[in-house]
Amino acid sequence: MNDLVTYAYAVARADDMLHVRAAVLKGVADSPVHLVPGSHDDTLVLVVSHVPAQDFQEDALKLHLEDLDWLEAVARAHHGVIEAMAVHTTVLPLRLATVYLDDTRARDVLDARRALFAERLAHLAEHVEWGVKIHVEPSSAPAAPAPQRGEALSPGRAYLRDRRQQQSVRDSVYQDARQAAETIEALGRRYAVERARHRVQQGVLAGPVGENVVNDAYLVPREHCEKFRSEVLHAADGLRGVRIEVTGPWAPYSFAMPSVVADDAAAGTEP
Amino acid sequence: MTTPSPSSSAEPLAQRQVALIDLLDRLLSGGAVLTGDVVLSIADIDLVRVSLRALIVSISAQNPSPWAETMSPRGTHGG
Repeated sequence: MNDLVTYAYAVARADDMLHVRAAVLKGVADSPVHLVPGSHDDTLVLVVSHVPAQDFQEDALKLHLEDLDWLEAVARAHHGVIEAMAVHTTVLPLRLATVYLDDTRARDVLDARRALFAERLAHLAEHVEWGVKIHVEPSSAPAAPAPQRGEALSPGRAYLRDRRQQQSVRDSVYQDARQAAETIEALGRRYAVERARHRVQQGVLAGPVGENVVNDAYLVPREHCEKFRSEVLHAADGLRGVRIEVTGPWAPYSFAMPSVVADDAAAGTEP
Repeated sequence: MTTPSPSSSAEPLAQRQVALIDLLDRLLSGGAVLTGDVVLSIADIDLVRVSLRALIVSISAQNPSPWAETMSPRGTHGG
């Protein structure tokens, strides 16, 4: 079976050079990337490539997605195409593994959602996404005051006292993290136009970076990027045990869809 | 070229390896969701997240953010 299906990476606004730029790219499964224009006009295109059908049929796909190596290869290939296109034009990234039987079926979806895509692309133009993560590392916080000499505590009471001291160190670190988070939210209101929240990162992939307590993304106009990034990185100055990590710039993955539910704490939504 | 970016750090195409976990945050919960012919519904993607839980642990109901009650609008209903 050498059947191929159409893997869609993104919607992009077409320009004269886009075909040329896409043609040099390799996507998932090392497949050459090409563009599928809409049938009514060619202002918007889907960025696609043809991938082996047997890997992307529903059952196979479900199995593959449980294989972290396979998932990583597809994710990085998907990201590679998005990044390369985003250098030159505004892209609307699609969710991983958006697959059609052929280009015609993909074109149907582009046609059906044309107005929505155009509106979203206009919103995203000249903006990039920044990831902002806050980690806490209670162990690097200031040590609790040394226990008073001469106080002979029973083992039980000494244990409780130590627990309370550890707890108070933890509490103060979380308070500091909250303070950093509030500073960053204020910077978001000043510089960003939208915020999205991701789940906090845990587990082996998260790595030994302390405890992740905030995992947000901000959509920032290009002209504010430098200020946003540098001021966010200073939001934990003087706060021991709190570490801020900024990732990006990303193509606007986290803002590809308009936020459906109004988030009362969302940044940048003030009039 | 249409990259009027004032700063080089805003240039998206840097040859840098992004952390897989940050990428998966974006590719599995971000990105526009279109109905494909191979329908992986959002629920299926959530299943993927569950089955990779040992590695990614994106279901955080058991380990909410310490200020979940004020900062996480979805609270413990997530996942």
